Amino acid sequence: MFHFVLRRLASAVPTLFIVVTLSFFLMRFAPGGPFNLERPLPPATMENLMKAYHLDQPLWNQYLQYLKNAVTGDFGPSYIYKDNTIAELIGKGLPYSITLGSYALLLALFGGVIIGTIAALRQNSFLDFLIMSIATVGVTVPNFVVGPVLTLVFAVLLSLLPAGGWGDGSWRFLILPMIALALPQLAVFARLTRGSMIEGLHTDHIRTARAYGLPPRVVVITHAMRGALLPVVSYLAPCAAALLTGSAVVESIFTIPGVGRYFVLGAINRDYTLVMGTVVLVAIFVIVFNLLVDILYGLLDPRVRHD
Amino acid sequence: MDMQANVLSVRGLKVDFTTPDGDVKAVKGIDLDVKPGETLAVVGESGSGKSQTMMGIMGLLANNGRVTGSAKYRGQELIGLPLKSLNEVRGAKITMIFQEPMTSLDPLYTIGRQIAEPIVHHRGVSFKQAKVRVLELLKLVGIPDPERRINSYPHEMSGGQRQRVMIAMALANEPDLLIADEPTTALDVTIQAQILDLLRELQKRFGMAIVLITHDLGIVKHFADRVVVMRRGEVVERGDIEQIFEHPKEDYTRMLIDAVPSGAKEPPEDSAPIILEGRNVAVDFAIGGGFFTRATKLFRAVDGVTVRLKRGQTIGIVGESGSGKSTLGRALLRLLPSSGHYHFGDKNISNFDRSAMRPLRKELQLVFQDPYGSLSPRQTVGEIITEGLLIHESQLSRAERDKRAIAALKEVGLDPAARNRYPHEFSGGQRQRIAIARAMILKPKVVILDEPTSALDRSVQGQVIELLRDLQEKHGLSYIFISHDLAVIKAMSDYVIVMKNGKIVEEGETEDIFDTPHHTYTKTLLAAAFDLE
Repeated sequence: MFHFVLRRLASAVPTLFIVVTLSFFLMRFAPGGPFNLERPLPPATMENLMKAYHLDQPLWNQYLQYLKNAVTGDFGPSYIYKDNTIAELIGKGLPYSITLGSYALLLALFGGVIIGTIAALRQNSFLDFLIMSIATVGVTVPNFVVGPVLTLVFAVLLSLLPAGGWGDGSWRFLILPMIALALPQLAVFARLTRGSMIEGLHTDHIRTARAYGLPPRVVVITHAMRGALLPVVSYLAPCAAALLTGSAVVESIFTIPGVGRYFVLGAINRDYTLVMGTVVLVAIFVIVFNLLVDILYGLLDPRVRHD
Repeated sequence: MDMQANVLSVRGLKVDFTTPDGDVKAVKGIDLDVKPGETLAVVGESGSGKSQTMMGIMGLLANNGRVTGSAKYRGQELIGLPLKSLNEVRGAKITMIFQEPMTSLDPLYTIGRQIAEPIVHHRGVSFKQAKVRVLELLKLVGIPDPERRINSYPHEMSGGQRQRVMIAMALANEPDLLIADEPTTALDVTIQAQILDLLRELQKRFGMAIVLITHDLGIVKHFADRVVVMRRGEVVERGDIEQIFEHPKEDYTRMLIDAVPSGAKEPPEDSAPIILEGRNVAVDFAIGGGFFTRATKLFRAVDGVTVRLKRGQTIGIVGESGSGKSTLGRALLRLLPSSGHYHFGDKNISNFDRSAMRPLRKELQLVFQDPYGSLSPRQTVGEIITEGLLIHESQLSRAERDKRAIAALKEVGLDPAARNRYPHEFSGGQRQRIAIARAMILKPKVVILDEPTSALDRSVQGQVIELLRDLQEKHGLSYIFISHDLAVIKAMSDYVIVMKNGKIVEEGETEDIFDTPHHTYTKTLLAAAFDLE
């Protein structure tokens, strides 16, 4: 187990290296630059800026310089938020995104698994169709629609909850963005769970469990669900990485100071270092959660247990 | 008759399935009685409703199934019983073992826990308290080293051991009635004999009644007291063992009894040339290792085997699962990496790669065991059987291909109209005929038949064997016939190779092997297959 974790962490290094390299060059090949504003800067100013940020040097040098700094944890200054380094920006925003994302993940996971299981147990009933229709809506309606509708109903019309902002971070501020963020993922979990539960309930060993008079609760939860959760667990890694690193749309709608908006702002403004920083952040999250999921998988399924 | 005297008493039991094509009547109102301590065999071919009868009684039908009529366990009606009450009977008074030892146990829990579950739920004890009983049961069913094996997972055990675990589970609460649904069908013959011996011994000890559901009359003869023969959801005949086997009243019963393949094949003349030869064939499989790491271990599946197939000969290769017989067949066709010297006709094909082999593929064909998995469900039968022509005789026009397809289907005894239909519209036997047509349309010289009859009912098996024999005579084919079924091997081949752990343990003319086997393993195999008594 310990060796397995070590091996996986070691293999994360080349992965990160490839991610950094690819996104560094892709970003530079995109037209424009951080200082190409609507009103062009005077050439002298431009030249000074380029020099100050080492953008006048050959690309290859810039890349090596970036790698060297990144290894020491220095991801450079932001070109747009001039007073902040990337580390500061992410350090400030990340706790908000992680808090909101964790709640959304829990809601999506438990909500999705529970309603997916109910749908599977009532396969082809009205309840099943209802749940699955709602799940389809959850996947198809984008959260820039869900968010404002939630705000309109619960904040404006009913005045139950605040319309946005973080406030003191209490649950009243979290509840609407959490729902908006969780809904599409909840729908995915529900569909995955339903599918694998239906399959699981038809296996031979479930027939054995029923033939031996085990109570329905044991048949469904102990035997069918444990196996059915395996595909759900596989999806957990990309889902967790996406939710915990923030959503630009939801954070903008509810004015939450997380890191999600940096993806969009960084890309639009050609803020090279900001984009690189967010890419590395997401890559790290994906790697870490994939590792956690593989460990969890091993706990659930003895056939893939890591020695 | 006094109903109380029976452990199980079934009257007018019907099982229906609702399908998109209308209702299917799987069981059409049957009566059955099981007396305490006796063994009743319910015999029939696939689709006879023998399993669905028991599934209906036990409340285990698929969602679209419906059971009506009466089934009383010691006077207590089981049909329509609320789940909670039914669960007091299932797993305690009536228990079941199933055909598929590979999938009937939950892969995610240890066998110890799974055996303990019925004890825990029916006796209201804790898992800890149940452990003593589990160990006792494991010892009882002959699992070696129970203290250690109790923590094993199903995938760490062999098929025979898993079936022993199922039996332990079935005995856990000392049932009155054990329903065994094809308990040995998926097992090798030697293991099959062991499992049946175990069941008989345990029955003697604990006195429970057994309902044995099977298609195999060979087992029934030595195991059951009474027989019920089912066909298409109805009971066609019932009686004592002697009565059924000595004086069967119905033609169907007689057919089932006689369905053990008969006949023998004359060996080819001594002067017949060798058409396919593999000398010192060896195949290694890598075990373990990942993307970056080297394989940790090599497993030798076939170990220095030499096979010489003469024109017009049928070599039967027999062995239990894991003996390497199928791997050998594929190696002879150069379908997997292997070492050794290979000749086809007068060509040395030892160093032929895939593209060099391709023109020869037309003459070296393969027919598989599973007629369900080996035909693409998305192609029509016509497309399936003419696909080889597209590659090997690409000059043929569409009309010519169609003509060949008609001829091939006629040759295997199918209606030529079948070529516009899809595989799922055909029965297992018909599908195997389609698979044979696919091979024959290319007019091959050598056909390797890998368990071509193992998935079929005995009566259908006989027809397929007959067909293969006719084709051989007509076209002068040479066969390599791979099977675990000694009766089929005996009927089909003139030369037999017995394999174990990748090696040949004995080989010789069919008559010699069956009449005077020399190796102990061959003797064990023959004993397990032909005299179960």
